[in-house]
Parts: sequence; structure tokens; C-alpha cells
Amino acid sequence: MKRTSTLDQKRHANVKKLAAWTVAWTLSQAVVTFGGQLLWPDSKTLIVLSLLLNIGLGIGVIISNRRYLLEGDELDMKVQLESMSLALGLSIVMGLAYASMDHTNLIPFDADISHLVIFTALSYMLALFVNRKRYL
Amino acid sequence: MKNRIRDIRSDKGLRQEDLGDLIGVSRQTINAIEKGKYDPSLPTAFRLAKALGKSIEELFDFEED
Repeated sequence: MKRTSTLDQKRHANVKKLAAWTVAWTLSQAVVTFGGQLLWPDSKTLIVLSLLLNIGLGIGVIISNRRYLLEGDELDMKVQLESMSLALGLSIVMGLAYASMDHTNLIPFDADISHLVIFTALSYMLALFVNRKRYL
Repeated sequence: MKNRIRDIRSDKGLRQEDLGDLIGVSRQTINAIEKGKYDPSLPTAFRLAKALGKSIEELFDFEED
């Protein structure tokens, strides 16, 4: 029978909490977007309330992710932090360059924040892959 | 940083997983430390020394860059 260490138990518990917060935040994002467009387009109160809920749950995701990192494995924390710093740096540099391309009409479409979010996610995943190969 | 953790651990009949459990890190972290891919934090180095019954100097060879 496979043993489960205290570290593993804590990690599993933190992953579950992080997943729960992330799912709730993602659903609230859908509520903000579709609720504001389809269900209550004329109610500023409901739009603001759904937005406040979305921000609150987003902060919950951040706190939960921080706890996951701090209470997790030492090397895993290093790998995650290095990957995050690379993704953050790349996103700032490429995000500003992308905005400049839009302002100077170098691209035939409007720069959209969703493109930057996708770029950040892909950078983070790639950095995570490289750093895991490097250390593990 | 070079170290003698693998030899000392083996002498004591401990697996990487066992040592990781003793000091609160993963088996992968022990493996990376033994291979010199990762230098542990000071608290982890002290825990390693205590778990293996050695001093930090006996475990690690510090070389100035």
C-alpha cells in the first residue's frame, strides 16, 4: 500500500481548495459576462454585485494559490516562482509591445486583453515545463 | 553544491522517500539535492543534517564561485 506523507496530504488538501476557488471564480466570470449581456443588461446594481462577487472570488484564488505555494514542497515552490516570474516578465514586455502595435496600427485588429491572458498562460506552462525538466 | 547525502542515506538504509518524509520535503527534492541540481534552504539543510546525524559541513562541500 502506498504511504501518504503529511506533505502529500497537505498538498492534496490545498490543491482541492485551489481548484474549488478557481471553479467558483470561473463561474462568476461567466455570470458577469453573460448575466450583464443577456439576463440583466439594464440593471446596474446586479452588474456591480456580480462584478464584486467575481473580484472577491478572484482574491480567494490568489490567497489559496499563495497558501498552496507556501505550504508545499520547497523545490516545487522554487520551480513555480521561477516560472511565474518569467511569465510575468514576458507578459509585461510583450503586452506593452502588443499595445504599441495596436496604437501604431501595425496590426489590422484591436489588441484584446484576452490575447494577453492566453499569452501569459502559455508562457507560464512553457516555463513550468522547462523548469521541471531542469530541476526534477 | 556537491554533497555526500546519497552515500550517507544509503548507509542508513533510508530511501529518498523516507528521508523526504523525515524532513518534510518531496522525494523529488531529495533527488535534486543529491544530484546537486538544487541547493536546499538553510532550514532544510539543518533538518537533513539532523536526520542523518551529521553536521552540515559533513554533508555539503561549499565552493566559492
